Parts: sequence; structure tokens; C-alpha cells
Amino acid sequence: MKKNQNAPRSFQAIILALQNYWATQGCAILQPYDMEVGAGTFHPATTLRSLGAQPWAAAYVQPSRRPTDGRYGENPNRLQHYYQYQVLIKPSPPNLQDLYLGSLDAIGIDMELHDIRFVEDDWESPTLGAWGLGWEVWCDGMEVSQFTYFQQVGGHDCTPVSGELTYGLERLAMYVLGVDHVMDMPFNDPDAMIPLTYADVFKQTEEEYARWNFDTANTDVLLRQFEEAEAHCKVILDQPAMDPKTGKRIIMVHPAYDQCIKASHMFNLLDARGVISVTERQAYIGRVRALAKMCADAFVQTRAGGWQGDAA
Amino acid sequence: MPDLLIELFSEEIPARMQRRAAEDLKKLVTDGLVEAGLTYAAAASFSTPRRLTLAIEDMLAASPRQVEERKGPRADAPEKAIEGFLRGAGLTRDQLEERDTPKGAILFAKIEKPGRPAAEIVAEVLEQTIRNFPWPKSMRWGAGTLKWVRPLHSILCITSDEAGASVVPLEVDGIQSGDTTRGHRFLAPDTIAVSGFEDYEAKLKRAFVVLDAEARAETIRNDAENAAFAQGLEVVADAGLLAEVAGLVEWPVVLMGPIGDAFLDLPPEVLQTSMREHQKFFSVRNPKTGRIEKFITVANRTTADEGATILAGNEKVLSARLSDAKFFWENDLRIAKSGAGMETWVENLRNVTFHNKLGTQAELIDRMAVLAREIAPMVGADPDEAEQAARVAKADLSSEMVYEFPELQGLMGSYYARAAGLSDAVADAAREHYSPLGPSDDVPTAPASVAVALAEKIDKLTGFWAIDEKPTGSKDPFALRRAALGVIRILVENDLGIGLISALRQSYEGLLSSLLDAKKAYILDGEDNDSEFWSLGSEVMMNDGQFVRRNYDEIVRAIAEGEISLSKSLEGDNIRAIPASTVCEDLLSFLHDRLKVYLKDQGIRHDIIDACIAMDGNDDLTLLVKRARALSETLKTDDGGNLIQGFKRANNILTQAEEADGVEYSYGADVKYAETDEERAVFAALDTAEAKIKPAMQAQDFSAAMTAMAELRGPIDAFFDAVQVNSDNGMVRRNRLNLLSRIRQTCSSVADLTKIEG
Repeated sequence: MKKNQNAPRSFQAIILALQNYWATQGCAILQPYDMEVGAGTFHPATTLRSLGAQPWAAAYVQPSRRPTDGRYGENPNRLQHYYQYQVLIKPSPPNLQDLYLGSLDAIGIDMELHDIRFVEDDWESPTLGAWGLGWEVWCDGMEVSQFTYFQQVGGHDCTPVSGELTYGLERLAMYVLGVDHVMDMPFNDPDAMIPLTYADVFKQTEEEYARWNFDTANTDVLLRQFEEAEAHCKVILDQPAMDPKTGKRIIMVHPAYDQCIKASHMFNLLDARGVISVTERQAYIGRVRALAKMCADAFVQTRAGGWQGDAA
Repeated sequence: MPDLLIELFSEEIPARMQRRAAEDLKKLVTDGLVEAGLTYAAAASFSTPRRLTLAIEDMLAASPRQVEERKGPRADAPEKAIEGFLRGAGLTRDQLEERDTPKGAILFAKIEKPGRPAAEIVAEVLEQTIRNFPWPKSMRWGAGTLKWVRPLHSILCITSDEAGASVVPLEVDGIQSGDTTRGHRFLAPDTIAVSGFEDYEAKLKRAFVVLDAEARAETIRNDAENAAFAQGLEVVADAGLLAEVAGLVEWPVVLMGPIGDAFLDLPPEVLQTSMREHQKFFSVRNPKTGRIEKFITVANRTTADEGATILAGNEKVLSARLSDAKFFWENDLRIAKSGAGMETWVENLRNVTFHNKLGTQAELIDRMAVLAREIAPMVGADPDEAEQAARVAKADLSSEMVYEFPELQGLMGSYYARAAGLSDAVADAAREHYSPLGPSDDVPTAPASVAVALAEKIDKLTGFWAIDEKPTGSKDPFALRRAALGVIRILVENDLGIGLISALRQSYEGLLSSLLDAKKAYILDGEDNDSEFWSLGSEVMMNDGQFVRRNYDEIVRAIAEGEISLSKSLEGDNIRAIPASTVCEDLLSFLHDRLKVYLKDQGIRHDIIDACIAMDGNDDLTLLVKRARALSETLKTDDGGNLIQGFKRANNILTQAEEADGVEYSYGADVKYAETDEERAVFAALDTAEAKIKPAMQAQDFSAAMTAMAELRGPIDAFFDAVQVNSDNGMVRRNRLNLLSRIRQTCSSVADLTKIEG
């Protein structure tokens, strides 16, 4: 990798470069959602905001958890906790590919020397009842991003269509920085007063969570929490739209969606504990999807989701 | 006459869809043009990752004027009727022609449709084509409603002739047609105006786009072979990958790099699969060692450093991928070589569902092992070895390597079986037992492989038959037709005679007992289907409410004979027990149908096969095919064809006489009652033929039998020419009918000739 003067030297420099770039392009730079999610897509700024006709442009880092991918911090590129960078723009602008390529340039990938390719990869999330068409983006044979035009979310057609970009930050950064093992990656500047590597920040937590995810998490508790979240989500959405206290129409989509996120994470944990059989797996995914769909149905009844009932 | 150039420029089209899309564009547009009267001399279509292009030469500048004649009402019809006709035709009364016809004076209208300029037609046809394009998957984007495979950015549509080019104006969902395109995304991103196809193709080439996918593939193949050759190596040919890669680049640049030393000991198939599936790399082999030592990647551009950065990046990615593969390989080998060996994996498969009504993969393996053991003696395999091979054959499904690369199933099993110290026959069976996968795939020939391959396919067929998941129409989700063809080809191509009914029955009974063991099925006794009569396992509740303990053998036999039903499975889906005889016969008839397709491809007609299926022993497919081939060959000869006619004549006369007389003429023709030489000649010929046919039939030499039969043709023809069967003399007539019966019987030794058509 050719290094130029402004090339980032640390994991955080790459994140900051992306934040800057997308801010410059006019995206609202949001903060991570404060719940455990499996991917940046689960952030309501993507799932819910991709519904309805209201224009939207947001970018954010989302810590993501995939309990089954834990390797006690030993695998060079598998982690149970990692970061995704997510961009969602609705409607997708005609120059989205160029905007995306600009972001690679911004983090130091020299377009003159590398081979960037858009390789077919359709995206589907059975848990969110969502799908879209797009590509995985390759840089010299390495998948650096996922690029998707959302067609459906929560069973609803996306009109207009959102363009979604997802960067796997560790992998992308390792590539840009020329690091072979994620734990060796400089987290802050290598010349900082106290230089920290990815291992300094996350090696211990990867070990702790791997042990907990695989062997210790109490499956009875997880199962109960799954069922509670599922029931709670339904109860919240069953409330009448009219709030008796304020007299306002308040549909509690986000609180309900939090329960959907929670159920999804409980399912992931149960899966990592190996207590879900192949046949049950489909049933659990179906139950989470049903919640996601209810939340999507509710969101389009709100103003952010394009409801205009109170305008008249 | 003008040429037409169309280019639909979009974001990256999936490689696998490009070729078909270019063909569809050509077909839809040219069909539309021709339908509107615009004929042309030639048309060609092209595709790159970002464009579909259609070039049409010498198209009519306008559609020809068309004249349509329309018959109207009689000249003396009521005014209303005539007015209506005029309105429909868009004419006035004085433009109509009055003609005398046998039905009186009738009004005729001549409606002229003027020709339309090509541009108008092209615009309409292209818009329709774009709006109704048959993409396998299409999408919307932005705020628009148009669907395309990925966002469509521009439409180039121009006609050109000596006078110059002009844009065919059209607009689809806000996209205006024009005369410009763009070059390579990175090397020449600016717009380019073009004036015709040659100009377009040349300018694209200068803008780093090779328009023709074939040309790109050829460049890749050539450059790759040269690069490999220069180092004494050779590229492993992969036509599918070549076509795919040609669809991923507009400006192919071949780069060759090394595979790290640490990975050179991985099985070549693992290297190849990992490189092809994940990275779309070609494998480069050292012809001296057979090892894969380098890779070739195809970049989409040139760079100032001649691809050094790109190659380094690709090497790094490959190295990470192969580290994974090596990790899997070493873990798997450790397990294969451990005490329990591959049995560890079989145990893991107890948790993996094969089909929710048919149990787990491990249960499937248990059934295969029993069946392979039973089949072994019939195919010349050692029963112990066949059973062991069947137990090991699918073990690799729980290996890490096969989890990562499912297409390596079987092959990895053979590596691991060897590593576990199992015999070559067992290891080979693991690799070969899925075969044949397609009509051109080799069939296994080694006895143990044959036994396991048959067991696998027969179990699959009986299993899905038992749960009533037979293929219907174009739906065959479990590839049962392929399994049936596999059974056929393994038996026929290895010249193996097996009574399939007995094998199918053994398999079915094994399946039932396996389902009962696994509590996938329960026993219902008697005729009452009420749920209260469900009973578990071997404990059978009789109609009087008594529990009767039966052992499995009894239960299986009872089910097989249809006395009690097998029913109820997971999730309350009922399996209606089907008696073994029904399943076996139905399956045999399915196999016969597939056999007809198989033999039809070899030029053997379906009626010939029907004629052979009508014979006893039709569950031995090899025997059946021998009969069919012999009959087919004989029918191609002059004697053979005529023999059928003679046979049919004999059969018709005999059948009519038997019906009329109410008796069966089957015995007792005696030469001493023969009145004519022709009669006597038939007797003599039958004696000769039968003397040859009998030993031939015993030796299953159906060709010899058919040849002997064909020799009857001359005497039989002469007999029918000279002799009246229905003689007034009752005894002579009876003798002749009995003679016909002897002809029928002799001619029916190989096949039932009444089924032959024509």
C-alpha cells in the first residue's frame, strides 16, 4: 500500500476521516445506537428511516455484536464485537457510487493504483424482513464494503429507495494500514503519548465475551428475556395511538423497536450457546421478523414515517 | 439505409446476467422493429459490466405503407350501419368502393396506413423494451419507478447513415436519450459522443473499454496462458470462471502471483475452489508436479506501477483465505486421524437434519450402510467394505472444510478417509458415491463405490416416495430425476443385473424401521385414523384399546403389507403409510420413464422400450436395455421391419379367430397337416429359429435371438402371400391358427412386439 502524507495511521483516524467525509457530503453524523445489535442496519436510523417518503441522510459508527464469531481475540479477523460504518441516504442519489468512491479516497486508498470492483451481492435480512440489490465492493480482491439499494424493509416496499453503504471498519482499516492481525492494529496514533493497539482496547473483552457467549450465558435467562421482549414489543404497539395524558397522537414505535432489537440479540446469544436446533432456528428468526414487521407497520403511521393524517 | 446503435448504460450488471441480457435486448428490439415493419440486414448485441449494446445494420428508414381492405355492410344496408362502418374505417361514403358479389352489392373500404419514420418506431420499441426487460431480478432506485437490474444512467440511441447521425429522441422515467456514453470508470470517465457503431467501438477502445465479451475472454485466456507458459507453468482451464471474469472487467489486465509456500501442500482442489469461489482467481499448475503453485487474477485496469499494488493486495487477501483453508484442513485431519476418526463426524450428524420427515443425516447414513451391505453381493463388492464405505461416505459433511466449501463434499471425505488409514476402496467410494451428478458425469465403476452410490440414490428415491414428495412437472426440488438417472446409468453402464424391486423393498422397509426408531413415525393400528389411536414405537394400541407389543420386524412387515398404517410425524404432518408393493411398483415405473428418456437420447424409440418393459423381469434395467438395444437394431434392418408386419398380421388373424371361436390356439400345430410348401417352410424355419433362439435367450444374447427371429421374415411373408389361413377345412384352419400361435410365441421371446408402432 502506497502511503501518502495524509494517509491515516490508526484505526480511529480512518473512522474520523469517514465521519468528516460524510459530514462534508451533507449527512447527519449520528452516534451509535445504545443497544446491542448484530449490524449497523439495526440502528433505527436505518431500519425505520428507510421507510416512508421523508428524505433522510445519515452516517454513523455502530458497534456490532455477533456472538458466534467470537474467537477469544486469537483469529486475525474474527471478532464477536466489531465496528461497522453505516451510511443511509434516501432517496439514493444518482451519484452514490461516486460519493462512495470519494470516501475510499478520503481514507487513503489511491484510486490510481488500486483495482476497485462492484461485484454482485444481494442483501437479505430474514430477521428484518428486508432485502435489496447491490454489490460487495472489492479493493484488490478484498471486500471492503457492502453497497445496497433497499427494496423492502419490514415487509414494506421502500419508496423512495434508500442507498445503504456498510463498511466493516476493522477489516477496511487493517487493509489500509497494512496490518495482518486485528489485534496488532494501532487504535490511536502510533506516535501518541500513550499509543494503544486494538489488543490494548479489546483483547481482554474478546476473551471475556467469548467465554460468556459460548459457555456461560444462562440459556434459561436468555430464553425468558427473548420471550419477555417479544411480548413487551407487542404490548407497546397494542396501545391506542392517542396518549390519554397529553391528548396527543403518540405511537411508541421506537420503544417497541428496542424490544425487537433486544429479542434479536437474545436469539443471537442463544444461537451462540448452541441450544437452537436447525428447525427451531427458522422459527426464532420468524418471530423476530414478525416484531420487525409490526414496528415497520407502526412507523409508517407516524410523521417520521410519512404519515400526514394530522396535516389536514 | 440507416444503422441503429443503442446503448443502455448502468451501474455494474451482475456478470452472470450480462450475456443473456444482451441476447434479450437484441431479441426484444428486433422483434418489435420487425413487427412494426422495420426490417434490417444484421443485428449484434454486446455486454460489459456497465452497458448493454445493440447494433443494427441497414434498417429501413421508415416502415412501408400498408393497405388494408375491410369488408363492410351491403350497399343497401340501413344508414346507421354504414355510418358505423365509416366511423370505424375513418373514411367518408365516397371513399368506399361498391362491389357486386354473389350476396349482392357490398361496400369495401381501403384503409391506408402511411409508413412511419424509423425513429418513431425505434423510440416506442426501445421504451417498451426497457420497461419490460426480463431481468432475473430487478430493482428501483432513488425516487423513480423504473425497474432495471441496477440504476440505469443513460440511453444512447442514434441512427446513422452517409448524411450523419441523429439521436432518436425518447425519454424513460426522466432519462433522455442522447448520443453519448462514458469510457472506463477510472481510466476514462468522461462522456464521449459517438456517430455510429464503428466510431463507438473504436472510441470505447481508446477509453479502455473492450466492448465484446468474447474478445475480453480471449485476451484473458491468451495473456494468462502466456504468463504461465513463460514460467514453465500451465493455467487450469475453467470456462465458467473465464466467462464470469470477462463480465467483471471492461479492460482486462492479467496479473500472476505466487501462492505462499505454507499453502502448497493443501489439496489442489481446495486451492482451486478457494481461489475460484472467493477471489475469482485462475489456478496455475506446474505440469511436472501437478501442484498448483501460482494464481492469476484479472484486474480491470492498468496502473502506473504495472499492477504491483493490485497484485500485492490480492496476494494478501489470498493468503488470509488460504490460512483459513489450512486451518480447516489441519483441524479436519486431526479428527480423521484420531481414535474415533470419521465416526466423530457421523455422530455430529445426529444433530443435522436431512429432511424433517426423513430424519437426520446420521440416520440416512445408518440406512445407507445397511442397504449398501445388502447390495454389495449383487455388484461384486465386499459387504463389509461396502458397509464401511457407506458409513464414511458422508462423514465429511461435518468437517470444517466442507462447511466452508460445500462443493468439496465427497472429495474431502476421500482425503480424510485415506488419512484415517481406511482402504482405497472406501476412500474412493466417499468421493464417487454422489456420482453421476449430470448426464455427462462419469459413473462409478469400483464395486464398493457402486454399492454406496446405489444405496444413496435408492434410499433417496424410496424416502421421498414414502413421504409423497415426488417430482411434479418442472418441480423436482430434491433432484429425484437425477437420482433415478444415476441408478439407471450405474447399472446399465456397468452391465450390472439387479432385481430392483427387491432392492427397493429392502430400502423401503429399512426406511420405515429407521423412522420408527427415530420416533419420526408412529404406528396406527386398524382402520381408525382418530388421533387417540396414535401410539408410539412398538407399542401398538389395538382397536379394543389393548396395547400389543410387537417387535419391529413384525411392525415393518405389517406396514409393508398394508395391514397397518404408518402415520404422523413431526409438526403433525401426516405420512400416510403406503404399502411397500405400491411404492416399489410406482418407483419402478418412474425409473422406466427415466429409462425411456435415457434411451431416447441414444436413439431408441419409446415404443421399443414399452415392448421390452412388457416382459417379465423388467426390474432388471440392464436386461431391459439389452432387449431394447437388440430389438432396436433388428428393427433398423429390412428383415426386422418386415418381420414386425408379418408378426402383426399373424397376431391379428389369431386374435380375431380366438375371439370369434372363444378358444385359445396355443398348441398342437403339426407339419403333417400342412397343405402347401409355404406352410411347410414356416414349420422348418420355426424349427431352425427356435433352435437358435432358445440357447441365445438362455445366454441373454438378445441380438442373436432377434437375428434368428428376423430370419423368419421370408417364410412368413411367403406364407401370407400363398396361404389362406381361414380354410374351409376345419382341421387345416385349426392347424394354421396353431402355427400362427407358434409364430407369435417365438417372436415374443425378446419383447412384446404388439407394442411396436407402425
